Amino acid sequence: MGKPEAVLSPEQEVRKAWMGLLAKSEAALLAERLGALDLPEFDWLRRPEVGGVMVRGRMGGTGAPFNLGEMTVTRCSLRLATGEVGHGYVQGRDKRQAEQAALVDALMQGPRADQLRDAVLAPLETAQVASRAARAAKAAATKVDFFTMVRGED
Amino acid sequence: MYVAVKGGERAIDNAHAWLAEERRGDVTVAELTVPQIREQLALAVNRVMTEGSLYDPDLAALAIKQSRGDLIEAIFLIRAYRTTLPRIGHSHPVETGKMACDRRVSATFKDVPGGQVLGPTFDYTHRLLDFKLMAEGEVPEAVEADPRIEPTPHVTSFLNKEGLIQTEAESGETPPDLTREPLELPANRALRLQALTRGDEGFILSMAYSTQRGYGNSHAFVGELRIGKVAVEMDIPELGFAIEIGEVELTECETVNKFAGSKVEPPQFTRGYGLTFGQTERKAISMALVDRSLRSKELGVEVSNSPAHDEEFVLYHCDNIQATGFLEHIKLPHYVDFQSEMELVRKMRAEIASASAEERTKEAAE
Repeated sequence: MGKPEAVLSPEQEVRKAWMGLLAKSEAALLAERLGALDLPEFDWLRRPEVGGVMVRGRMGGTGAPFNLGEMTVTRCSLRLATGEVGHGYVQGRDKRQAEQAALVDALMQGPRADQLRDAVLAPLETAQVASRAARAAKAAATKVDFFTMVRGED
Repeated sequence: MYVAVKGGERAIDNAHAWLAEERRGDVTVAELTVPQIREQLALAVNRVMTEGSLYDPDLAALAIKQSRGDLIEAIFLIRAYRTTLPRIGHSHPVETGKMACDRRVSATFKDVPGGQVLGPTFDYTHRLLDFKLMAEGEVPEAVEADPRIEPTPHVTSFLNKEGLIQTEAESGETPPDLTREPLELPANRALRLQALTRGDEGFILSMAYSTQRGYGNSHAFVGELRIGKVAVEMDIPELGFAIEIGEVELTECETVNKFAGSKVEPPQFTRGYGLTFGQTERKAISMALVDRSLRSKELGVEVSNSPAHDEEFVLYHCDNIQATGFLEHIKLPHYVDFQSEMELVRKMRAEIASASAEERTKEAAE
């Protein structure tokens, strides 16, 4: 068996959700939403760096793990003057997107969380849900409807 | 005699300048952009990502542009870039059972939960050239229907319930990594799968085809083929928990093969597995066949002398970058090597000539 999943606190659960949302966000949309906000100064704890993450699969989809290949990821960490530490992890090589993801992560831990949720996270989520639903709808239209010819009596 | 060869810098610089000009081609034709390649030559991009072993569509598209469409050269560029990346970590194994499927077909069961979803496939096209694509025109819009919300279960899970198919036991073992340690034989299945994923599509395809034609006979059914996006999760040390760091499009193929049973196993179906980046189904199916073929020894079925049963043959020859490197190096200057060969041949000829001259003198004397 694999490692048992750690049980997360409710705070960790929501942070996990917004960080995942930011990681998969579209850089242009994130920049647009953040650009409309007044953003605080911060200090770098780790400047944005591009690296590789080895993606693993499972044999037969459910079995033992193997190394499939890497993907590019950019990460950084920063601290606001008010003390919150934000981490940014985004897919790809966009350092600015990583910085913005870290800023959102930090701000979400402070008094501006509601503002950030409405102005940034909600639109990102809407966009992701819409794009996923559009693909699923096109896939559904290519589902085969089998019909059988009934022959003979009864 | 040793002849030191220097020079050629000017010729090389000029050759590269000309290469750049040729790459651009006729300047009255609009230049290709990297996003155009990424969006419109997506299957080439997918192959470069899979064999380059790096999921980054922009970089793969750039590599294709730089290599003038030579995909092996593009894969080479991606592999070289990959080595410069610091390794941030490794992901949790992706959950392909939760894939948002664009395509999902089974050749073994007609009525599977989730159904047969064709997706954007070349299957059932007539393979006639479409001259409309030579003209700019409107693209027909894809039709939409009620989307499936719940995840699509794996087809093999149904066979599993009956015990008709060998189970794939989960394990928390750390798999070996080809990019960290050189390939050593015998390889375990994890290492083989990594090598096959990165392996040349043409080579893996031919190996798979050879098993179908009877070289290491094994008749495979495509139990399931699915293409779609899965989330990638990774543990973040500074957080103490895992987050999604992105999502990748994958092609997954599960083949099922009849297995007559062995001393310890009852008759059941065995499995082959293929997993590749992007929409790359020919490669994923081929990989699954070759995976199953290379499992013969561990499954206790007859191992023939066929190439596809020979782990060393397959794994040491499937990497097109290694193969290209060794193959193409023979076009580079080998002046000194060849000079010594030439001297050797001259010497051998001289020896034979003098021996037969001696022979003739002897004959004449007698």
